[in-house]
Amino acid sequence: MNEIRRILEVAGKACFLPGDDIDTDRIIPARFLKAITFTGLGEHAFADDRAAARGAHLFDQHVTSQASILVVERNFGCGSSREHAPQALMRYGFQAFVGVSFAEIFAGNCTALGLPCVRCRPADVAALAATLAGHPDVPVVISLSDKVVRCGELSCALEMPEGQRAQLLDGTWDATAVLLQAADRTAALAAGLPYMSGFAGGEDHLA
Amino acid sequence: MAHHAKSLFDKVWEAHTVRALPSGQTQLFIGLHLVHEVTSPQAFAMLRELGLAVAFPHRTFATVDHIVPTDNVARPFADPLAEAMMRELERNTSEFGVRFFTRETGRQGVVHVIGPELGLTQPGMTIACGDSHTSTHGAFGAVAFGIGTSQVRDVLASQCLLLDRPKVRRIDVTGKLGPGVYAKDVILEIIRRLGVNGGAGYAYEYGGAVLSAMDLEQRMTICNMSIEGGARVGYVNPDEHTFTYLQERSYAPKAEAWERAVAWWRSMASDLDASYDDRFVLAGEDIAPTVTWGTNPGQAIPIDGVVPDPERLPAAERSSAADALAYMGLRPGAPLAGTPIDVAFIGSCTNGRISDLREAARVAMRGHVAPGVKALVVPGSQAVAQQASEEGLDVIFTTAGFEWREPGCSMCLAMNPDRLQGDQLCASSSNRNFKGRQGSPRGRTVLMSPAMVAAAAIRGRITDVREVL
Repeated sequence: MNEIRRILEVAGKACFLPGDDIDTDRIIPARFLKAITFTGLGEHAFADDRAAARGAHLFDQHVTSQASILVVERNFGCGSSREHAPQALMRYGFQAFVGVSFAEIFAGNCTALGLPCVRCRPADVAALAATLAGHPDVPVVISLSDKVVRCGELSCALEMPEGQRAQLLDGTWDATAVLLQAADRTAALAAGLPYMSGFAGGEDHLA
Repeated sequence: MAHHAKSLFDKVWEAHTVRALPSGQTQLFIGLHLVHEVTSPQAFAMLRELGLAVAFPHRTFATVDHIVPTDNVARPFADPLAEAMMRELERNTSEFGVRFFTRETGRQGVVHVIGPELGLTQPGMTIACGDSHTSTHGAFGAVAFGIGTSQVRDVLASQCLLLDRPKVRRIDVTGKLGPGVYAKDVILEIIRRLGVNGGAGYAYEYGGAVLSAMDLEQRMTICNMSIEGGARVGYVNPDEHTFTYLQERSYAPKAEAWERAVAWWRSMASDLDASYDDRFVLAGEDIAPTVTWGTNPGQAIPIDGVVPDPERLPAAERSSAADALAYMGLRPGAPLAGTPIDVAFIGSCTNGRISDLREAARVAMRGHVAPGVKALVVPGSQAVAQQASEEGLDVIFTTAGFEWREPGCSMCLAMNPDRLQGDQLCASSSNRNFKGRQGSPRGRTVLMSPAMVAAAAIRGRITDVREVL
């Protein structure tokens, strides 16, 4: 229930992380989840991949630390539901993701943090990656209102679930306040559900 | 009134819709919220910051599973970070009035094992938990969502989620399974065929003769891994197997309430003429014991097959496959059977239930863990451990050289001391073969059924369980 922040577009430098099916264990290995806050996760993003690459990983490049948009390929963020993954990427400095596709829970977690995950056609993502390879400083603009991603000469259509796009545009992506507006209707619906009343069983009555 | 055929998904969604938002999203009531120590502390902290209470504390239940040690469970835990997480959950559940199944209650275990075994998980419900394997509960005909921590906060605060309605894909597995072929093989084959992202935007409804014949534990294995196929929700329609499983469970309805419950549960099952957004059919006879060769659960082959040549795969899969083979140290064209293993892990929310341990024990009693292999059996819950010990399974395992551990998630994701070292190769009954998943950045995981893991443990190499049975 932060102050309402409408997200119409995200603009900034971008960088390209190649690879399909990059899972949330890779984004933030499980050992970094042993904490009761999200503080400090940014520095551990892709910890194992970075160690294996000995300084050559994208997340160890200066250009990446300047970027606010991460361009990825297919099924990014698959696997574990850990919100620690988008939290780590957000705390590293990313504010939006452009990719061929995203895992559903990851994209939902991103929306809840106000980080758009937008899909473009594979050819468009490839063209975007090629542009960034030649001109890493050229800004990328993700316009949620116009449903388009722009980068230099390139302009391509974006897609995302309409409900989530609307949440970002309206500034209602932090859902708690929205859900609580209907607390009375929630209570009424709950009272009418058979398992909440008619045959609420066993030890429920002891609670 | 015209009959309008509906799927279980349609009925559950409609029964739980609080309202439709102008955005097109649905505010959906969540009937059961399960909480564990890893994804909840920040959610409780946000609640505290907002000055909010838990809206439906009696529909919220907690346990501890990811970080618990499976050898020395004495408090304080040896790992101070694990101890801190445990204390935080104790504080949060106590302050917010949420029931916490600690070890002392005798009901602790992996969250997706204890929900069903306590009878909390019931047909027709909506369920949420801050864990992607929440799809497990769909085995009972519930619609169950894995969620992130901000959504855990939403459910704690309002007992609702804001969701886009998915489409429904019906998956029929026809005929019957051959000997040595288990639920794990069925779901690995489904993921292999439909892809790790094939279920994005869908709920999977599993059915057909193979599913109808399965008990609830096998159905849980299948629904559990729906998310590995990209489907956030997977379910099976409730039937007599479901009702038999639930009867007499602690939280199941009793006496005449039971009859009313069964009638409602039956009414929630998909209508015979329900329509689906998509369909997929698989013949049970075509499924072999299945093993993964790569670094995602869709990179799998029948045990009598060979590791694929990336050059012969569809263009979109080539680079992932080549990268996975390099990581796994495997060669195209070679069989996986015969590959030496270092570790064998039997457990997890996928395959840590009593029937899994029975099948593994049947194999374990035919030999002894091979020299140099570390073999762990981690029951899914205290109740599973108790039942196994009443049946003498613990003795079978320890006699055969397996370590018999305390319940928890353990080496499925290695948030406790159980983890691979270096580039060890693990035959694992868990759900993810991602790089580094089992705790070593170079560790290698080969997914398979618990019986196949037991066979690999006693042979010291990946083995077709049909040779051992």
